[in-house]
Amino acid sequence: MNWEIVIGLETHAQLSTASKMFSGASTAFGAAPNTQASAVDIALPGVLPVANRGAVERAIRFGLAVGGEKVINRHSIFARKNYFYPDLPKGYQISQYELPIVKGGEIPIVSPTRGEIKIRLTRAHLEEDAGKSLHEAFHNMSGIDLNRAGVPLLEIVSEPDMRSAEEAVAYAKTLHSLVRWIGICDGNMQEGSFRCDANVSVRRLGAQLGTRAEIKNLNSFRFLERAIEFEVKRQIEILEGGGKIVQETRLYDPDKDETRSMRTKEEAHDYRYFPDPDLLPLEVSEEWIDEIKADLPEWPRDRIERFKGYGLSDYDVALLNADFDIGNYFDGVVRESMRSGEQLQAADFKLCANWVLNDVAARRNADGLQSWQFGVSDETLGYMLRLLRDGAISAKTVKDLFAEFWEESKAKGFSMHGGHPERVDRLIEERGLRQISDLSAIEKIVDEVIAKNAKQVEDYLAGKDKAFNSLVGQVMKATQGKANPAQVNEILKRKLAR
Amino acid sequence: MLNASLKELSASLAAKRISSVELTRLFLGRIGELNGKLNAFISVDAEKSLAQARAADELIAKGGEQALTGIPVAHKDIFVARDWLTTCGSKILSNFVGPYDAHLIERFNAVGAVLLGKTNMDEFAMGSSSESSFYGPVKNPWNPECVPGGSSGGSAAAVAARMAPAATGTDTGGSIRQPAALSGISGLKPTYGLVSRYGMIAFASSLDQGGPLAKSAEDLALLLNVIAGFDPRDSTSIEREKEDYTRDLDRPLSGLRVGVPKEHFGEGLAPDVGAAVEAALAQLEKLGVKRVPIELPNSSLSVPAYYVIAPAEASSNLSRFDGARYGYRAKNYSDLADMYRRTRAEGFGAEVRRRILIGTYVLSHGYYDAYYLKAQKIRRLIAGDFTEAFKRCDVVIGPTSPTVAFKIGAKTADPVQMYLNDIYTIPANLAGLPAASIPCGFGAGGLPVGLHLVGNYFAEAKLLNVAHRYQRETDWHRREPAGLKT
Repeated sequence: MNWEIVIGLETHAQLSTASKMFSGASTAFGAAPNTQASAVDIALPGVLPVANRGAVERAIRFGLAVGGEKVINRHSIFARKNYFYPDLPKGYQISQYELPIVKGGEIPIVSPTRGEIKIRLTRAHLEEDAGKSLHEAFHNMSGIDLNRAGVPLLEIVSEPDMRSAEEAVAYAKTLHSLVRWIGICDGNMQEGSFRCDANVSVRRLGAQLGTRAEIKNLNSFRFLERAIEFEVKRQIEILEGGGKIVQETRLYDPDKDETRSMRTKEEAHDYRYFPDPDLLPLEVSEEWIDEIKADLPEWPRDRIERFKGYGLSDYDVALLNADFDIGNYFDGVVRESMRSGEQLQAADFKLCANWVLNDVAARRNADGLQSWQFGVSDETLGYMLRLLRDGAISAKTVKDLFAEFWEESKAKGFSMHGGHPERVDRLIEERGLRQISDLSAIEKIVDEVIAKNAKQVEDYLAGKDKAFNSLVGQVMKATQGKANPAQVNEILKRKLAR
Repeated sequence: MLNASLKELSASLAAKRISSVELTRLFLGRIGELNGKLNAFISVDAEKSLAQARAADELIAKGGEQALTGIPVAHKDIFVARDWLTTCGSKILSNFVGPYDAHLIERFNAVGAVLLGKTNMDEFAMGSSSESSFYGPVKNPWNPECVPGGSSGGSAAAVAARMAPAATGTDTGGSIRQPAALSGISGLKPTYGLVSRYGMIAFASSLDQGGPLAKSAEDLALLLNVIAGFDPRDSTSIEREKEDYTRDLDRPLSGLRVGVPKEHFGEGLAPDVGAAVEAALAQLEKLGVKRVPIELPNSSLSVPAYYVIAPAEASSNLSRFDGARYGYRAKNYSDLADMYRRTRAEGFGAEVRRRILIGTYVLSHGYYDAYYLKAQKIRRLIAGDFTEAFKRCDVVIGPTSPTVAFKIGAKTADPVQMYLNDIYTIPANLAGLPAASIPCGFGAGGLPVGLHLVGNYFAEAKLLNVAHRYQRETDWHRREPAGLKT
């Protein structure tokens, strides 16, 4: 009883660059073994590393997101971490040690017990991934796949600021959405693009930090939670039984739902870190930081507030912020649906949100699209919604055109958007889809319908609502569906009330 | 022809007095005649060389030749060359055929030079005598009982014995200059970063620098014109405008200030070497240079600092030779760790293993600050010594090596004695400065003495200017080893 749990996480986020950290080989996942390993990746004699500017830029983006300019080290050093393993071709991993590119920063999370808290970051540093050892299907031998060797990683190290498995998961989820939001990592946990190591210890409330165990390679939020829960229980049982915790590295086995010792501190490697003489110190200029800053997206929290200010429900706002791209798309639809200088009303925002969250999201799900893929551009949809609000076309026309355009895009494998604002205009003319917005023309037709349908008028005046619908139908038929039904209703009611 | 300068060879080729094929055959013949005695080459492949020579002749026939087109050049076996065995003097790479060309090889290929063969060397360039090669020791053409110096001893011996018109080497602590001195030829280590290290098998990355070995300063300038230049594949390669290193060769030396460091003339310097160097300084004074006494107060720390930094980097650089992907692998082993242990124990020679152990030790937890960090501080002090010196002089001159060539086997049992061979050359590597060695006379046993010239960063043209003016007045660089007369 009265045990306090102390957790810190080390997270490896694979940076979303096309090429590797120190070579030009592709980082694409799933290629045949060793087809994406260049001379540098397999460490041929004489080859040299060259740092990937895109990876450094992503690390800076991360720094700016979690702490601003002050946490970016203008001068950082690549260091070699030396150890022998078959999936580490050079016999050392290039990482950063004494001077990482990002020092400090914080991640705000919502704890189920403590409310909104901030998790401090110790550092974030650039490094390269190792290859993979394949132990199956080689008849007592191991296969080595070096496609992953050299893939750029950002290792994000938190302070031991979390006090429960739930907080660790909340932190990991917040971090996961942040790295995707700022576009530095695809966050694909099945492919290992985002994975956590957890440092777990327990102590009596107020006591000094206890001895910790590090649990390696947790590649799902559920495993992270289960592993910590198991580990906490294990440590408390040992301590309550009068035992001592051994500092060690442990592995979580999801099948048995337990952690197992991998190596103790005594067996730990001496990595013999030293600055890599093949790489110059990483110098980051103020101009570069300014450039990256100018290119950063609006922070999630700011966007949430802005969307709430549109009068949208919390539910809609949450859905529109589920990923960065859908929020961007919504912004585009809103922008295009606006006449110049127009102030949109809550109902107008709601119209845009409904279209994005219902029609667009539904089709994206049905077609299994990536978050950045859309069959119809925000520009085209926004333009159609503008015409709808103007009464120039009906909601049905928007739905029909939207569906047609989406199918066009789908037929081309979503390689391009279907439709275009100019085509919307052209199709409206060609197909005669424009609604009659001339009131006097509609009034004339209404008068004619009333004159020809004395029976229905009588029924309506006698209180039969159904008769009214029939009259509306007659008017719509006479206009070939081009009248705005709301306007027809209004005019018909006005005339029959006399 | 065997004695001709590169300029003369180019002229003969251009005038079609000789073809590249004939020239290549001539040198291949000389190699065939002498290599059994001197062991300067690890690999010779007449077919490959002659194919390049034929291509060069076609180029010349079309009038498309550049400087060095058609000229055979020998390369130290540390440079990876496509389809050539590239051993680095080691058993562990005894089966390694280069899958690509080093930057330096690419540059020679680009001008249509002929790869004449891969030269013998101390294993992984670790040594000052070319005795640590897995392929046997190289012999000094001036006296086959003596070492040619190292680690680029095969290249130096090949040029000295006229088995190649020119050669390349690498210099981490003196490995171009010391064998040039002991073999009686000229050698240049450029400013760190001037020649790309891409494809040059790494010994100590922060010190390694490729460069030319040849018969004269003029030849060195022509060779440097080919190999110097920015390479984006080497992060330490320096991006700067291309220079013509021949441009200042004939510039008069009057008024040039030559700094003479007293630390390089003290205890340990053999009297015969000292006398030859003094005579050379007197000759330079006749050419109008001003002799300025200078101090390099931290000189004595350079060998200990070097033998921390170089092994530290080497211990990590050589980790990739693990038997897993290429190179030698032990025949019998029980598990992965045993495979590593046996492969490396069997694949590396004693000196390489010693340096890996030293390097591993100085980088270990608890020792790093006392050794590696302190050595880096000394390195900055030594660079600072030169910064001060170059305020007072334009070129620093002294002996390249404390003694003339020593007998094979004389220092193999005492590594420290071996390491002290490089006491005058190491400081230029630690500071990253350009430095050259040119022949300046003969000492005990009629063995050559080298004059060491160190310049400020990117002052290669100035070093070559001093060397060339000196060589216009002297004929030490034209002397040939007796008994191997061409």
